[in-house]
Amino acid sequence: MAKNKISLSKEFTKGLWNENPVLVMLLGLCPTLAVTSSAINGLAMGLAVIFTITCSSIIISSVRKIIPKEVRIPTFIIVIATFVTITDKSMAAFQPELHKSLGAFIPLIVVNCVILGRQEAFASKNNVGRSIIDALGMGVGFTLTLTVLGSIREWLGAGTIFSLQMMPDSFVPWMVMILPPGAFITLGLMIGVTNWINARKGK
Amino acid sequence: MTLFTIFIGAAIINNYVLVQFLGICPFVGVSKKIESSLSMGMATTFVMTLAATVTWLIYHFILTPLNLQFLQIVSFILVIASLVQLVEMFIKKVSKPLYDTLGIFLPLITTNCAIMGVALFLVMKEYTFIESIVFGFSAGVGFTLAIVLMAGIREELELADVPEHFRGAPITMIVAGCLALAFMGFAGMI
Repeated sequence: MAKNKISLSKEFTKGLWNENPVLVMLLGLCPTLAVTSSAINGLAMGLAVIFTITCSSIIISSVRKIIPKEVRIPTFIIVIATFVTITDKSMAAFQPELHKSLGAFIPLIVVNCVILGRQEAFASKNNVGRSIIDALGMGVGFTLTLTVLGSIREWLGAGTIFSLQMMPDSFVPWMVMILPPGAFITLGLMIGVTNWINARKGK
Repeated sequence: MTLFTIFIGAAIINNYVLVQFLGICPFVGVSKKIESSLSMGMATTFVMTLAATVTWLIYHFILTPLNLQFLQIVSFILVIASLVQLVEMFIKKVSKPLYDTLGIFLPLITTNCAIMGVALFLVMKEYTFIESIVFGFSAGVGFTLAIVLMAGIREELELADVPEHFRGAPITMIVAGCLALAFMGFAGMI
């Protein structure tokens, strides 16, 4: 029992750092780059992904034994697409502003490889409980990365974090940080620093 | 909007990879050699043009009359997946050499978010049938342009002295940032 508990917590924390979907496995880069022009957008995207990945994992892992192997990918995609539609429609209804600023990237969660990757690598081989923990861990890791990236870009590009003033008035915002080049460069530096920290830990 | 404006707009000004961040995965994954990136770009352009055509037809002749627009995500992804499968079988039958060149890249295209992006954008922007085809094709040209440029730079980068932990993906991202900076110069051209 105790042993099971430890591995469950490991199942959760691996998504946060060791197997972080964005920084280590380089999955789901498109939404990561596109929506992180502000911290709140990053967070919202992350939450939408947590919802989709967890619900899909629950469904996939509970029916994993009856899905024929040959058609598993289309099955996964249909399940994911269903939950993405739910997310898209509920967001449009309850958070129209946020939905507008995320634009096409909510429907595009369907092709986010983090989600499909987890279904293929984990949910289709493990029981429901474990799959939920794994999905939550990956989702939270994804959300944290997006929020941090969004915060850095918003901080340097507009002088605010979550719309709160974080820089003195004399600070001239680096416009480039909230434009596309800033996204590529910040993410590149974040991946590089992650590699560096992991290499130092390994020594 | 004229067709030419759509072409320039989708291929250069709103370049799919460098400005709209669609299709980053193949952009990072398949941009090591100019040759393979060119094949990837052409395969993507082909599927994108077809996908734009088919999704437009489905949206306007099936989903809209039946009032089923909320099914667009599910139906588009299905259409794209089966289209890629069909294209793969067709090319294999008709031209074996082309199939061998594109080989591994074809199935990968299903998960390329740029294709799904084209399908979603052409509905959002309410393009007509011809405009949609041009839009799909030019988005593909833009993708090819970006991935080939990147491959060219990465071939040179092999010889550069990059800090150990920044080799591979991190430096690719940073270079892409510089490329994106250059593409920003096109903004406001139309």
